[in-house]
Amino acid sequence: MSSPTPATEDIQTILAEHLHLEGPLLPILHALQEAFGHIPKAAHPLITDALNISRAELHGVISFYHDFRDKPAGRHVLKICRAEACQSMGGTVLAEATLAKLGVAWHGTTPNGAVTVEPVYCLGLCACAPAAMLDDRVLGRVDEERMGKLLAEAGA
Amino acid sequence: MKIFVPMDSAAKALGAEEVVAALRAAAPEAQIIRTGTRGMIWLEPLVEVEIDGVRHGYGPASPEDVADILNGTSPKALGPVEALDWMARQTRLTFARVGVIDPLDLADYEAHGGLVGLRRALEMAPEEIVAEVTTSGLRGRGGAGFPTGIKWKTVQEAKAPQKYIVCNADEGDSGTFADRMIMEGDPFTLIEGMVIAGLSVGATRGYVYLRSEYPDAIAVMRRAVEIARRAGVLGKDVLGSGRAFEMEIRVGAGAYVCGEETSLLNSLEGKRGVVRAKPPLPALEGFLGRPTVVNNVISLATVPVIFEKGAQHYADFGLGRSRGTVTLQIAGNVARGGLFETAFGITLGEVVHDLAGGTATGHPVKAVQVGGPLGAYIPVSGFNAPLGYEELDAHGGLLGHAGLVVFDENADMLSMARFAMEFCAVESCGKCTPCRIGAVRGVETIDRIRQGDGEAVPLLRDLCVTMKDGSLCALGGLTPLPVESVLDHFADEFLPRREAAE
Repeated sequence: MSSPTPATEDIQTILAEHLHLEGPLLPILHALQEAFGHIPKAAHPLITDALNISRAELHGVISFYHDFRDKPAGRHVLKICRAEACQSMGGTVLAEATLAKLGVAWHGTTPNGAVTVEPVYCLGLCACAPAAMLDDRVLGRVDEERMGKLLAEAGA
Repeated sequence: MKIFVPMDSAAKALGAEEVVAALRAAAPEAQIIRTGTRGMIWLEPLVEVEIDGVRHGYGPASPEDVADILNGTSPKALGPVEALDWMARQTRLTFARVGVIDPLDLADYEAHGGLVGLRRALEMAPEEIVAEVTTSGLRGRGGAGFPTGIKWKTVQEAKAPQKYIVCNADEGDSGTFADRMIMEGDPFTLIEGMVIAGLSVGATRGYVYLRSEYPDAIAVMRRAVEIARRAGVLGKDVLGSGRAFEMEIRVGAGAYVCGEETSLLNSLEGKRGVVRAKPPLPALEGFLGRPTVVNNVISLATVPVIFEKGAQHYADFGLGRSRGTVTLQIAGNVARGGLFETAFGITLGEVVHDLAGGTATGHPVKAVQVGGPLGAYIPVSGFNAPLGYEELDAHGGLLGHAGLVVFDENADMLSMARFAMEFCAVESCGKCTPCRIGAVRGVETIDRIRQGDGEAVPLLRDLCVTMKDGSLCALGGLTPLPVESVLDHFADEFLPRREAAE
């Protein structure tokens, strides 16, 4: 997940690509986060101008959704499912052990910046629980050994 | 040699990509076709090899099994896949093609009955299309079970310059994965269903609001829409009929409440996903204030088969007012988990003991949560309940999206009740006070019970009533359901006998 310093032109280009859509704000925010790893502060006035919405409205939307970040995450994002099906297969123990091993709390990033750990409520992998996702890679029947390997791969 | 390997994310999560790499290395001349999953997740990755025109299964396969699979000596051979008990016992209507075809091959889709329904609908008047859906008895598969035909009729009769079809693909309930499976395994059927919906109500634009937690489904759906557009299934001139329908995939942003239709519409418009009061119904004032059909993925994906085989054929399956098939998703602590499509009416016990084969851990079953995080925990004593909308209701349950999560005897039921409240506190949109604040107080009250304070029980029950009565949507309104079911059925676990008896 790269986080180059966002240039105004790059932000404007992303905005221009989406303004024709009906309800363009979420697609814009996703595109900005895809490009910069977070929603840069510098984009806020450009978005509010382009969509004719207030700063409060924009802040309201960004802060409402779990996905949007105001600063970059670690190089990898590990999502561990906390939902019921995963709990029935020991998901809670796995999550707690992983957090303890990395020495972070939920939403925390390892000191070397390699991995950010986030809770997720269901990845649709409920018949092969417990489940997790490292960036866009889905993982089923995760145990501590497999988690250890993954974290090592991710450089945590 | 033809080899089929699923690209469904459950198969990938269990190592399908590694198996495919090993197959390519060992048999470079073989034709490897990626499919959806058959739904037998305990057998994934399930490799199928075509022998004399019949597909033979091998699973669960690992890269080490590849050599034996290719030379026909694998101990993981299962025989012809269609003859497996799990497959043979199903009535696959909605999921007929999933696991069978290449999800992104439109010709393969057509060769298996695809587009027959749409071609038939194009010959029909809009009223006839709605009548067909009504006759089929199809009800919303997202959870509420509202008759689809009535919803379509309302939108059809509304006068407006623009109407919309919105597919609710924000399947956030734990234990449910049918939406994901069909979007990854047979995306054209959802597209076809949306086009038919558009023809019937006079909508020319559609959106699929797809949760961001499903990156594979997003990728498959986006490619399928492009392919359908190039083939003229979508666009200004649907299959040369002169009728228009265009659609787009939109990605959610991690808010569970956006699975509620009015929150979803707000989110699609670029707002906070806050619930709207009803009325006005979305059917009259939905996306951007225009008449909008909001249907779940499975409801829309079932429409093509209704038009292909006829409404009566579909309605002939089922029980009471629950017509057609239900796509059970068997999950959690089970020996055999996966998707099983069958006529309504199968009992919970049959599903858990017979189909699922009991728990994965081998310990006795304690409870099944039916219908996601807002569904009741049903104890073993309730396993004679037949699965149907009204039938489960009578047992204090909720069929919801037909996901079943099984727990063994080690489950701590008070923790599950606490989690229901905690989840509601995290995911509440904040509009209704009983949900926003009540969920937080619920967690605290359950913590008091955990510490042995029996007097907190009536308080928790009272809070549940307030949340049910005072919340606009199902999140605040149904979170009490799992909590109350724990109090009703499992109180002796955490209360001294005297309080448990009250």
